[in-house]
Amino acid sequence: MRRAPLSVLGILLVTGLASGPVLAQELKDLYFGEALYYAHQGLYFEALERLDTEVKQYDGLDEPQLDTLYYHIDAAGFSLGDFELRYRMHHRAGRAIKAVLNAAVDDVVRNDAAYRLARIHFQKNQLPEALHALQQIEGEIPDSIRDDIEFLRANVYLAEGRPEDSIEILEKLQDSDSFGGFASYNLGIAYLQSGRRQDALDKLNQAGGVVTDDPAELAIRDKSNLVAGTIHLEAEEFDSAIPYLNRVRLDGPFSNQALLSAGWANMAVNKVERAVVPWSILADREVTDRASQEAMLALPYAYGKLDVHGRAAVYYGRALDAFGVEIDKLNESIESIREGKFLAALVREEIRKDKDWVVRLRSLPEAPETYYLMDMLASHEFQTGLQNYLDLADLRRKILEWQSGFDAYDEMVEIRSDHYEPLLPEIDDEFRELDSRMRLRSEQHKMLVKRRDDLLTTPRPEFLATPEEQAILARLEQLELQSLKGGAASTELRRIQRLKGILVWRLETEYHARLSEFDQNLRNLDEVMALAQTQYDEYVRVRQASTHSYVGYEKPISRLRVHAANAVQKIDLLMARQGHVLEKVALDELTARRGRLESFGDKARFALADSYDRATQSQARAESQ
Amino acid sequence: MSIRKSAALLALMTVFLTGTAVSQDLAGENMKSLDGQVQEIKSDVLDIASDLRNLEERLLYPSGTQLAIFVAVEEQQDFRLDAVQIEIDGELATHHIYSFNELEALQKGGVQKAYAGNVVTGDHELRVTVIGKTDSGKDFSSTGTFAFAKGVKPKTLGVTLAEPGLGSDGIQVGDW
Repeated sequence: MRRAPLSVLGILLVTGLASGPVLAQELKDLYFGEALYYAHQGLYFEALERLDTEVKQYDGLDEPQLDTLYYHIDAAGFSLGDFELRYRMHHRAGRAIKAVLNAAVDDVVRNDAAYRLARIHFQKNQLPEALHALQQIEGEIPDSIRDDIEFLRANVYLAEGRPEDSIEILEKLQDSDSFGGFASYNLGIAYLQSGRRQDALDKLNQAGGVVTDDPAELAIRDKSNLVAGTIHLEAEEFDSAIPYLNRVRLDGPFSNQALLSAGWANMAVNKVERAVVPWSILADREVTDRASQEAMLALPYAYGKLDVHGRAAVYYGRALDAFGVEIDKLNESIESIREGKFLAALVREEIRKDKDWVVRLRSLPEAPETYYLMDMLASHEFQTGLQNYLDLADLRRKILEWQSGFDAYDEMVEIRSDHYEPLLPEIDDEFRELDSRMRLRSEQHKMLVKRRDDLLTTPRPEFLATPEEQAILARLEQLELQSLKGGAASTELRRIQRLKGILVWRLETEYHARLSEFDQNLRNLDEVMALAQTQYDEYVRVRQASTHSYVGYEKPISRLRVHAANAVQKIDLLMARQGHVLEKVALDELTARRGRLESFGDKARFALADSYDRATQSQARAESQ
Repeated sequence: MSIRKSAALLALMTVFLTGTAVSQDLAGENMKSLDGQVQEIKSDVLDIASDLRNLEERLLYPSGTQLAIFVAVEEQQDFRLDAVQIEIDGELATHHIYSFNELEALQKGGVQKAYAGNVVTGDHELRVTVIGKTDSGKDFSSTGTFAFAKGVKPKTLGVTLAEPGLGSDGIQVGDW
């Protein structure tokens, strides 16, 4: 039997790759707030759709400073990047952050953007790009991300195979409140990578002895001990390995592997009774676990070494039975996957609402035994593929729902068209008449306003004469002219001139009163004209709204229909391909596990027979003595 | 547990649980190539969603009559919001019962678009009823009535909720 190689365990830890969306200042843009509302619920498609649209609209504005998103545009760019990362759109992630980075912003914002961009590149395994982004950080750095930047830089160096550079940074982070045990563990791995084995062991020893009750810190403590133990095991320093393996908690995620390794370490130094203890615990654990299955064989092997062949035979028998049951389960699981039930179970809504959905999957009738798929389900590639499959199923559901609305929209537009089309020509005719009257009155109004303004600067009393006065004045002027030409009696001419003088006198003396009255009347008219204009504008708006309610929708709806149909076609194709890959990986995994169990079964069968023989021989020897 | 530590724990378990099967490497290549295509279709569908949203807004809520009401929870509020009911001019506009996730999203600063609809220009009355539990575990129900005017532009109202206290029903409404 083979021990778990160090390469499986000794991989650096990466923390906080995707931080939650955070808004540091008071919210001024409701639509950004709405995007956050969805993001906080883990609904990143909905969050992205809203924020992406909002940012695009903002980018098209002539005066963005008047828009409420102006106050949050940097945070919106960061959030877009975060949402895209969380929605597994790595290709797009970073686009919005680059925009912030290239804008004229202060050091704090620019450095935050550079850090976020570096984080995205690192997650996409684009190490040179990640380093380039980190190198852009200069000037004032926000305190909240100072350690994060250095920890990321150390991880990039480590991933690039530059452990010495990483060590330099990680050594400075050993007292960091944010990283503590994680920095110690990664420093241990960096030492190991640079060939400084003893330093690595010292550091892992330190990380493995931390006193804490924090679940994450406890996990890193276990991990450190397991790695330190495995380093010793690989160097065949079994005595040194045992204390580390014993320090791993019995209820932690690494306990099974530690128990198995502890048993082998004890066996290697001939402490067989001590090997029995961890293997007894492990053999009673979840039967689908690899380590547990191995312990089911290792335990009777140890009893055999102790010459307790009867008990060994019993345990081999138990193992054989258990392996038989598990092989049957695996056969059923393989069959279930071949019948397509694995994928059907994966996309069931009620299963996915449970955070332990992978475990719950096994409770579904005819679904495969998911405990055997746990390792595979946890692998990065499978997770990516599985999440993509689930995302595709979600997208498909969404589009089908949208498609069901297209007919309703068409009908809505048709009903509006049927309603407005017969009414509008008559209304338009009436409007045209009203419009020409409005224009005429408006021109008249403008002329009167101009006349009033002229009179204020150049008084012209005759302009304010009543029509009757104007007629009388004209008649008097005509009579005066005739009298002058015809040589009329001077008494008659004087009489005409006196009458004219009376009229002019009245116009001159009443000029100011008349101008005030004219002005007042004009002001009253202004009010009426404003009211008329409001009603006119309201009519124009309603008229436009009626047209807008049914005109111009045909093309967008039909374009959306085509896009949606194309998208569904693509999604179906991708789901089939992605599903096939997932099924194949799951089948390969289950087949490999079945093969392993069959091999274990063969060993158990031979060992069982051997144990019976030895038990019988010992019994015979005992009886003969 | 902090987000950073949760992420670390997840990474830790993922690293440990990573299988060694060679067949997975080959499948991994297939998955990577599919991943790029999945990202493309996600982008396409996001564009469709955005276009559809714009179309729906134009078709269903023309700017002249559009009214949108958003609900937010005041900062540092730990009361449990169970439901919100909004009436406009005496007619029920919306009634929403909050799930745990939705409430948490509001408490973290998210804003919910609770209602989108149409009203004519002029003066209107908004009535907001909030049902929940105070921080001390006592049931409460409070109602606030507010006047608002709808002009020719789209109207957006923000309802901000807080735990009712002395002299306040904890409901504020403002223009946004």
